[in-house]
Amino acid sequence: MKDELKKRLVKGPDGVEFEVDPLRDYYCDARPQVEPPAVSKIVEDFFNWARSESLWILGFATGCGAIEMRPLMTPRFDAYRFGVQWRPTPRQSNLFIISGYLSTKTLKRVIRSYEQMQSPKYVMGLGSCTINGGMYWDSYNTIKRLDDYLPVDVYVAGCMPRPESLLAGFEELKRIIREGKGEGANKYAAQFDRYKANQKQVIHDWDMPDYNW
Amino acid sequence: MQFDWMKIPYSLLTLFIVINFGYLLNSFIAKIAARVGRRRGIPIWQTYIDVVKNYGLRTSITHGVMFYLGPVFRLSGGVGLLLFVPSIYGSYLFSNLSFAGDLILALYFVFFGTLGMALGAAESGHPYSAIGITRGLSQVTAAELPFALAIFSVALQYQTLSVTDIVAAQQGGILHWTLFTNPLAVVAAMLSFLGSMMRPPFDVVLAPQEIPIGPPTEYHSSYLALMQTNRAIFPIAKIVIYMNLFFGGATNWPVFFLKVFLIYMWSVFVGVAFPRFRVDQSIRWFLIWAVPIGVLSIVLV
Repeated sequence: MKDELKKRLVKGPDGVEFEVDPLRDYYCDARPQVEPPAVSKIVEDFFNWARSESLWILGFATGCGAIEMRPLMTPRFDAYRFGVQWRPTPRQSNLFIISGYLSTKTLKRVIRSYEQMQSPKYVMGLGSCTINGGMYWDSYNTIKRLDDYLPVDVYVAGCMPRPESLLAGFEELKRIIREGKGEGANKYAAQFDRYKANQKQVIHDWDMPDYNW
Repeated sequence: MQFDWMKIPYSLLTLFIVINFGYLLNSFIAKIAARVGRRRGIPIWQTYIDVVKNYGLRTSITHGVMFYLGPVFRLSGGVGLLLFVPSIYGSYLFSNLSFAGDLILALYFVFFGTLGMALGAAESGHPYSAIGITRGLSQVTAAELPFALAIFSVALQYQTLSVTDIVAAQQGGILHWTLFTNPLAVVAAMLSFLGSMMRPPFDVVLAPQEIPIGPPTEYHSSYLALMQTNRAIFPIAKIVIYMNLFFGGATNWPVFFLKVFLIYMWSVFVGVAFPRFRVDQSIRWFLIWAVPIGVLSIVLV
């Protein structure tokens, strides 16, 4: 564990000494709960429709696939037409696109960002690397199957998939959400121990709480 | 003092109309900005869907009491601004809760939301929020100065602090508008207007792509939805004041919609044409160009 994350005594500018425990003070480590859908089916269907028509993507690119997201914002493909927008902060995003290969170092940041997103949240695996490792299948520092570490809702296959395939992936994800099957966040909460065990297997310098909201 | 209770449901009706107009106007403006970039842009009903989705999210977390109150303050700033200024001149239904000294109250409400937001976003503890707030407060203060000067100038000119009286004095033809009777005040106020609309060149507070959206970085689900609602109300409430003070007010809803849209378009035109100022540049710009015009307008009056 890094030095700055260890519990220590700090002397304030006014001379008062107090104890700082970064892992407990800065993060909340309560386990995620399974969030039930709205009681009425009509209300839940309405919300699901709104969620499907307003996909806010977290602007976090893990690999080479990110280059395929840029054309979607520009006049050629213009994904804004379909209610897809990019947000700069995990708090406001609903969709996490894992774009291409995912190194174990990045996986740590991906997990933290994913856990900060608000439920219901969705994960899209972009490119072959997220399905079986792709051309990095025998690499020592990338993960092979994304689904072992985060609950994936939809995959877009290809190396690399063109922006058109991404648009098709969005439409597929919208269909999944409208049918009420986009319950990745609840799956993550229900099988929390399995996911954490898998994550800790590949991340050796685990220096964060098990769940940071 | 006799209070007319029927004013309350009528004011809520105004609020309802303005919220819907605000949502549609916001996505319409987003579409115009997209067309400038040769995109098609978001659908016209996208703002409604976004708000429903944010209200419909299942989880939300809090950073403390002020974090809750930030969006509430911001929304009450917008609603208060709208409700204490007459939206339709000469109409009993839509004169809202205006009273004799409402001009001063309006000046206060313009600033109120920013302060509430500053307290709330500061509690979230995100460094980008802190940067955004520092920039926001300095820029709004600089931009408010010419606006306050312009308002004093107009109040001196008409010898009243009641918005209704100021609108009444401007009736009877386009040449009676403050735009023509006191052009310097209007110029100062319209320059200040650019600074408060969160559009380029003065959008360094939110600064997309630089400090990811600034103050609201930590806000999500219903908090964000409240702020989106305010985004629909506040610009219109502010434009209503401008319309009443400088552009002759409105005597019916079609004129209201048209004037609000045109005044809004002024900031959009400037916004799509100019790149972003740094915060020191924008403050200097307001102090060098807008404030002297405001002072001059008071001197001339």
